[in-house]
Amino acid sequence: MARIDLVDLAHSYGGNDAPAESFALKPVTMTWRQGGAYALLGPSGCGKTTLLNLISGIVTPSRGKILFDGADITPLSTQKRNIAQVFQFPVIYDTMTVGQNLAFPLQNRGVPKAEVEARVRQIADLLDLTFYLDRKATRLTADAKQKISLGRGLVRSDVAAVLFDEPLTVIDPELKWQLRSKLKALHRELDLTMIYVTHDQTEALTFADTVVVMHDGRVVQSGTPAELFDKPAHTFVGYFIGSPGMNIVPAAVSGHEARVDGHIIGLHRNYGVLPAGAKIEIGVRPEFLHVAAPASGLLSAAIERIDDLGRVRFARVRVGDAKFSARVPPGFSVPDNMVGLVFDPAHVHVYADSRLVEGVA
Amino acid sequence: MNSIPGRRIIMVVFLIFLLLPIYWLVNMSFKTNTEIVTTMTLWPHQPTLENYKRIFTDESWYSGYINSLTYVLINTVISISVALPAAYAFSRYRFLGDKHLFFWLLSNRMAPAAVFALPFFNLYSAINLFDTPWAVALAHCIFNVPLAVWILEGFVSGVPREIDETAFLDGYSFPRFFVKILVPLIASGIGVAAFFCFMFSWVELLLARTLTSVNAKPISAIMTRTVSAAGMDWGLLAAAGVLTIIPGALVIWFVRNYIARGFALGRV
Amino acid sequence: MDKTVNQKAWFLVLPVFAVVAFSAILPLMTVVNYSMQDTFGNNQFFWNGVGWFKELLDPSTDLGGRFLASLGRNLLFSAIILAIEVPLGIVVALSMPREGWTVAVCLVILALPLLIPWNVVGTIWQIFGRPDIGLLGYTLNSLGIDYNYVSNEFDAWATVIVMDVWHWTSLVALLCYAGLKSIPDAYYQAAQIDGASRWAVFKAIQLPKMNRVLLIAVLLRFMDSFMIYTEPFVVTGGGPGNSTTFVSIELVKIALGQFDLGKAAALSLVYNLIILIVCWIFYTVMTNAGTERPEKKGAA
Repeated sequence: MARIDLVDLAHSYGGNDAPAESFALKPVTMTWRQGGAYALLGPSGCGKTTLLNLISGIVTPSRGKILFDGADITPLSTQKRNIAQVFQFPVIYDTMTVGQNLAFPLQNRGVPKAEVEARVRQIADLLDLTFYLDRKATRLTADAKQKISLGRGLVRSDVAAVLFDEPLTVIDPELKWQLRSKLKALHRELDLTMIYVTHDQTEALTFADTVVVMHDGRVVQSGTPAELFDKPAHTFVGYFIGSPGMNIVPAAVSGHEARVDGHIIGLHRNYGVLPAGAKIEIGVRPEFLHVAAPASGLLSAAIERIDDLGRVRFARVRVGDAKFSARVPPGFSVPDNMVGLVFDPAHVHVYADSRLVEGVA
Repeated sequence: MNSIPGRRIIMVVFLIFLLLPIYWLVNMSFKTNTEIVTTMTLWPHQPTLENYKRIFTDESWYSGYINSLTYVLINTVISISVALPAAYAFSRYRFLGDKHLFFWLLSNRMAPAAVFALPFFNLYSAINLFDTPWAVALAHCIFNVPLAVWILEGFVSGVPREIDETAFLDGYSFPRFFVKILVPLIASGIGVAAFFCFMFSWVELLLARTLTSVNAKPISAIMTRTVSAAGMDWGLLAAAGVLTIIPGALVIWFVRNYIARGFALGRV
Repeated sequence: MDKTVNQKAWFLVLPVFAVVAFSAILPLMTVVNYSMQDTFGNNQFFWNGVGWFKELLDPSTDLGGRFLASLGRNLLFSAIILAIEVPLGIVVALSMPREGWTVAVCLVILALPLLIPWNVVGTIWQIFGRPDIGLLGYTLNSLGIDYNYVSNEFDAWATVIVMDVWHWTSLVALLCYAGLKSIPDAYYQAAQIDGASRWAVFKAIQLPKMNRVLLIAVLLRFMDSFMIYTEPFVVTGGGPGNSTTFVSIELVKIALGQFDLGKAAALSLVYNLIILIVCWIFYTVMTNAGTERPEKKGAA
């Protein structure tokens, strides 16, 4: 159990001398609280598994430091780091029973027998594996095997953190739900720091209290699911999280106004004068943008199609080259060609070169 | 992690153990008989190519190489071509007696050559193939065909069934599918199988010697002739030995990247 | 796994069946025929029933004595070389470099002895071990060890065994290496996370993952050492005395040396039967080992 600090941590598989852009993980400094439930979210190849493997010590960083409770553990081997990790595909020790599999990490560390037994029993109970304890692990289904892998990750009570590398990939969808809630319950019960890597936003948002979004080797935002939703720090977070993703369109911004396609959109904050040469965009979630009957004060847009998601409808519309998704208010009958767009000024954000610009209230 | 302490030392010592006897043979092949018999030298002090020259100029010597290579190649071609359809059948279909047949085939791979030496002698004499490369090539089929079936079955099983089905839907006839689609897909498997057929046929001597007398005598059998009136011609024997190692070494070099894969199937 | 039943597949197997049957069944029938008869040469045969078989299994007769003695020697030989080659092969496989050009070099050198004709293997060791002109024999003798494989039984055995280790350990090593290569990295990473020692990794991961290839290695090495003929024949000629006369050497002596067809045939049959039984046991164990992990086979 520990706080984990990453200090200017970076890694390149091509060695430290590789060009900065080719780094799988660009320099990052951040802190993981003891007892937190974190999700590392991002598309494949964004560096999230690299970050995980750096923390567990499977990969040695090209530069930077990792601190557990302030102590530098960067040079320590995985065995000495006191960390548990669960991999994408189940890893089972073929010759052992389920119980022996679960006990393996404890036995290797010389934990007294009685304690091993108690702990194995507890974890097996939590994961519904008690029935299989004396069976050979090889003959079980993939689901059960992955549960054993999870169990081996959770069985040690003294670990600094438990790392999960997309652990539910091989699990059937319905079981996925169960296991995810189980993990959440385990997190509360065992008071462990958990870091959960995934590319599935639902998985991340339901599991974690802090979600760390990665993109192209960088940590672009870390915050609660609500923060990520309300105030994406990076356009990538905007459209990666949420379904449909955030509308991001080029705009000219000055003071309290943004100009899109010759139309002025009012903003809640004052942005003064933005740096020249930067790519300026505004972003608004479809939830905070709705369609209305065309009117003179509204940005008018051409309708492309309507997506009916059951509880809500979203309109796909077009203004010049810019495409928007906008909520269709309940009961509103959508005209055939043109609609007006109504923005919620409190939720329109301004981005310069993809990064959020904080305005002045 | 998957290595052990001192692995470099172990590897180097083992490789030296493997190479030392071969080195000694090569060393001797460049010496004169006088040097071999009278002094103990770690390298040839009076290097000579005389031994090799004799082998390459004497027809009774070099024809042995040609004979050996002939039956090895015939055997490899026969083994692969009959094994391919069978490998496909074992991989894709269930049929009456398939398991027993497979076991029976494999058991022949294990049959001692000594058991077959005499009956083969009678059999091939009876059909007038005695002392031809064909006799040896056919005789070696008894262990190479099962081996080829075994290896190729593994590779065919690695080809998804959907590919066959798509091809048949596209109107390919079975032979056309086989030649145009399946064979290119398992080309590396065929390479691996051919390598092992080559290997086992090349190294076998008992049957090869029993089934030949003059015209098709393999090089390894000719080597036993180095005893002459003047005693053992060690240099010549060593040179002949070195020359029998070379084809094998060449073959290994070409397939070095496939060896591990062939073995990986656990099917050798 | 989901093979369809199709009896026409027999047509595809037919060529193999024909070739192997021609090479196996016809000669075997001859052998069975001979095994029941006696001959005084000149192609005159007499019916002898199971006489040869009785004699073969009775140690008090000349034939039985020779057969059982050579069988005993052969089993001892097989046991010794298995005890050396299997652990050594595993160690060598574990010592393989992980990547780079050295891998190719090691593979090629390892495979080299396997591609040398068997009698040349014999010749190499015959020369290498000679006290007068061989490096090994010369060195041993100048170190004060009285080594001579031609006259000393123990030395002859040692030479034959070292030669077999030299010749075949590579096969075991290559098989194990292939088995090791197929273990996904995640297993080693998981073991690191679980704090496993080097020995625990070997026992919990590497050995179990190698069990299939090891079984094949043991099978091949047992069979081939049980049938060994050429290499010891070239080096020791079965001597000194009969000390390195293995079953195949005895068989060839009787069949081609004395042309004692009946005895040789009977011996052949019993010999073959032993091999068939051992082979069948391995085959059964192996297919069972295969069905134990169906999902793994599917993934591969």
